[in-house]
Amino acid sequence: MGDFSYIVDTLFLLFAMTLIIFMVPGFAMLEAGIVRTKNVSAVLTVNTMIYAVASMAFLLVGYQLAFGTWENDSVSKWAAFLFQMAFVGKTVNIMSGGVSERTRIIPLMIFTVLMAALIYPLVVNWTWGANMLEGTFLDISAMHDLAGSTVIHSTGAWALLAAIMIIGPRKGRYVDGKVRVIPASNIPLVTLGAMILWIGWFGFNGGSVGSISSKESADLVALTIMNTNTAGLAGAIIAAIIVYIQYKKFDITMILNGALGGLVAITAGADLFDIYTPILIGLIGGALVVFAVPLFDRLRLDDPVGALSVHLVNGIWGTIAVGIFAKDVSLAAQLKGVVVVGLFAFVVSYLLLFVIDKIVRFRASDDEQLEGIDVSECGVEAYPEFKRAF
Amino acid sequence: MKKIEAIIKPFKIEEVKDALADAGIAGMTVSEVKGYGRQAGHTELYRGAEYVVDFIPKIKIEVVVKADDVESIIEKITEAARTGKIGDGKIFVTDVERVIRIRTGEEDEEAI
Repeated sequence: MGDFSYIVDTLFLLFAMTLIIFMVPGFAMLEAGIVRTKNVSAVLTVNTMIYAVASMAFLLVGYQLAFGTWENDSVSKWAAFLFQMAFVGKTVNIMSGGVSERTRIIPLMIFTVLMAALIYPLVVNWTWGANMLEGTFLDISAMHDLAGSTVIHSTGAWALLAAIMIIGPRKGRYVDGKVRVIPASNIPLVTLGAMILWIGWFGFNGGSVGSISSKESADLVALTIMNTNTAGLAGAIIAAIIVYIQYKKFDITMILNGALGGLVAITAGADLFDIYTPILIGLIGGALVVFAVPLFDRLRLDDPVGALSVHLVNGIWGTIAVGIFAKDVSLAAQLKGVVVVGLFAFVVSYLLLFVIDKIVRFRASDDEQLEGIDVSECGVEAYPEFKRAF
Repeated sequence: MKKIEAIIKPFKIEEVKDALADAGIAGMTVSEVKGYGRQAGHTELYRGAEYVVDFIPKIKIEVVVKADDVESIIEKITEAARTGKIGDGKIFVTDVERVIRIRTGEEDEEAI
């Protein structure tokens, strides 16, 4: 039975990891569709490079820092690594998405290395990993965060908040006290991207259960994936309802964000709930997104993809929800985790971004933004003129 | 020779094209444009913020015809493109100095 478990669980992790990696094109397409055509190549370059650079940094440095060892008795240690590695780029990508259309690539890559080699691995260390804080008053290992409402989504989003504060809004976004709309350039890509993310979540949460090689764990994995999906359904439905009540129209970008918000919210405790609680968690998560998006605009925090609303607000809500709805999980422990990780991620990110910015400016100049980041950073137009000329 | 520029509602392009073909027009240039006249814009919604879209999609047809044919062409276009509702478009007539067919070098009326 020992060999069988090892083999099946290794296969399980590799399969889950593959689903998570689908979130790379998922995120990429979502962002490619939301930004203007003149910034598409840059956004796709950032998405690709973040996956490459963050994963590499985690391979070389971060994984060891987070877990203290590569050794593993229950699965192939390479599979265990890969599964963890799949999350790193996603965490950094949350940060990069929200500063799209006005951010230069090189400073982003510098921060990517620091986040993947240092910030994120430390958060993982304190929650899922070797726990260097054990026994100290900062010990947050009592927080139950199955797949990273706090560890991944909030961490990435706190870094994003720091970045938006330092980099500022897109040129022309807030003019004369008004919010100027910058519409998405390709709604089909936005939709495709969001739905691929949804599918990736089955690996994200399901895989985080860790093992499938017994009847109990097989049930748990299936329940986890089911609860994950349910929360997404609820988030989409409530977002559609609220947007319609407010504006008498269905905004697909908000509906998709609502679904993603539900998915983020369930990520902390999908393994702990009965099959109905995720409906409530997803409903609240989706509603939070719909109200948060315009709120961040009122605060002049320009977030083209709604990452703050989806990942920060719901990363926090999802973690707290476990303390409210799950038996045997203390709300205090959840809150402590939220606060410790939040302070750490935000403060350290802010400092690092601030320093990097002094050396290699993050913000693309007004002229660069007008022309499009594709021209200044990539030299590759995503939608070149006269494409049928030849 | 005269150039006739007609700005019409996009869904009328097939009808207008057929009407011009019946009238013996051998070729035309068509482009997708946006614009507005008295047909005001409308309000759209994006992520909780409203914005006004002033420019409405239209199609512009350009044909160059002999001066004698201008009146009948105008009539054909108008008949095909009119819906009676606001936003039907406009027709502009201007002078054309020279016309050259690139393949053969024919000029002016022979090139139309």
